[in-house]
Amino acid sequence: MKKYTYTEKKDTRSGFGAGMTELGQENDNVVALCADLVGSLKLAPFIKENPDRFFQCGISEANMIGLSAGLTIGGKIPFATTFANFATGRVYDQIRQSVAYSNKNVKICASHAGITLGEDGATHQILEDIGMMRMLPGMTVINPCDYNQTKAATKAIADFEGPVYLRFGRPVVPIFTDPDQKFEIGKAWMVNEGKDVSIFATGHLVWEAIQAGEMLEKEGIDAEIINIHTIKPLDEEAILKSVRKTGCAVSAEEHNRLGGLGDSIAQVLVKNQLVPQEYVAVDDSFGESGTPEKLMEKYGLTAKDIVAAAKRAIERKS
Amino acid sequence: MSVEYRKKILKYIYKAKAGHTGGSLSCVDILNVLYNDTMNVGPENFSSDDRDRYIQSKGHTVEALFVVLADKGFFPESDLETLCQYKSHYIGHPTRKVHGVEQNTGALGHGLSLSVGTAISAKLDDKDFRVFTLLGDGELPEGSNWEAALTASHYKLDNLCAVIDCNGLQISGPTAEVCNTEPLDAKFEAFGWSVRHVDGHNLKELQDTFAALPFEPGKPSMVIAHTVKGKGVSYMENELKWHHGVPSAEQYELAMEELGGVL
Repeated sequence: MKKYTYTEKKDTRSGFGAGMTELGQENDNVVALCADLVGSLKLAPFIKENPDRFFQCGISEANMIGLSAGLTIGGKIPFATTFANFATGRVYDQIRQSVAYSNKNVKICASHAGITLGEDGATHQILEDIGMMRMLPGMTVINPCDYNQTKAATKAIADFEGPVYLRFGRPVVPIFTDPDQKFEIGKAWMVNEGKDVSIFATGHLVWEAIQAGEMLEKEGIDAEIINIHTIKPLDEEAILKSVRKTGCAVSAEEHNRLGGLGDSIAQVLVKNQLVPQEYVAVDDSFGESGTPEKLMEKYGLTAKDIVAAAKRAIERKS
Repeated sequence: MSVEYRKKILKYIYKAKAGHTGGSLSCVDILNVLYNDTMNVGPENFSSDDRDRYIQSKGHTVEALFVVLADKGFFPESDLETLCQYKSHYIGHPTRKVHGVEQNTGALGHGLSLSVGTAISAKLDDKDFRVFTLLGDGELPEGSNWEAALTASHYKLDNLCAVIDCNGLQISGPTAEVCNTEPLDAKFEAFGWSVRHVDGHNLKELQDTFAALPFEPGKPSMVIAHTVKGKGVSYMENELKWHHGVPSAEQYELAMEELGGVL
């Protein structure tokens, strides 16, 4: 098992903020909008350096998405920011018609995704956003794994023409990827090559998958771990290549088991290569209050859960 | 009154056996003045960053827009023979696949936000182009309109003009009975807009009103255009069923007769 270490933990939303700061300096067409959550989205440096290129919308998310689509008509690259819940479910029709159907170059950047925002509870903990966004024709869906990758992804989507949903979160998680990485949209990242089981993880569950890989190694199981930071377009080639070697799959995501990464992979497997797949995901439930650690444990999203899923998947291999 | 446009609207709706007849007839005079008098936009400058922008929030009255765009030369009018047909770009709501259409619309309550964003981008780049949007009075209960109305005055968008096609009828009945939004002038004034009323079928009045834009510096402009749904065809005027009604052969002939003969 390839060794991954870290010296620091940070929230992925801060990676987004850092990416925005650099974009503010490098790309005059980038503008930012926010629905009253500037602090949560870590936008202060961008706003300080580019006050004219920031638009506070107040708590009016539908309007913010409409404004963003309108700004593209004037040639801008708008980054519309708020919590994942309000960036997707609340404004689905605006995104569907004015952004996706109109193929507008809007970047929907969503923090506090999943249950790990913690104490605020179910109203703010969206677990359906990946599903909603990936169902939209033409929408690119990205869920990076740590601070560095979120920063790199933020910068990469500014250079990409088309609507994007970029998902990140509030909890501090280990920084284990390269600070100078090149982020390739749609290209899965091989974290560890193995032969017994393929673990496809997204977001900060990639770190849990690495922990799981080390635990499995101690039991003599050689896990392949792949970071699926781009859920749409999905790197089908990488997925198929991996399962053709290992013969079974685990998907791991902080999302409802319906509609997310797991289902995306299952579609590929059903069509091309039938192998057993086990899901590590929230079992069709809303969240609740608690620390991220407690909630990860209760909803079955930890390294231990990935280990158990990997063993189940291996056992199901005929 | 724009008689030729009305005849064409009816012709293509009759042929397609689909369309939003009443609303297209209520808004077509507004579109006539905007495209032929007020706005600096046409096929010759549509790729220019400096063109005026038009976004039709009430997308369902697309037939009026298509007829005017064809007349402006954005595409051959014969293209409208395929209106609402399989494989045609000329579908039942505005789409950018049709030359001259700025933005896909159809689900209501989007256009004002889109226009506000576009007007902000003009200010940001110190560009002089103006942004026009056409709203239906029936779509005003959509909350996003009021979010956008707030934002427009917050950012002092005097390069933005919204027109309400105030025909007083929507699919379920009179707008005042479905969800009353009056008094619209006081509401928009309270939201920081400069508001004028106009007879939405009086071309001269419309011209003069748009020529006076912006009504006040530093404020977005609102034109409340009082119109008649189905205007120009006696049996369609103020009749709810013509919201989405398609004339029979006899009705079509009668309508054309009233408008001065078949095209």
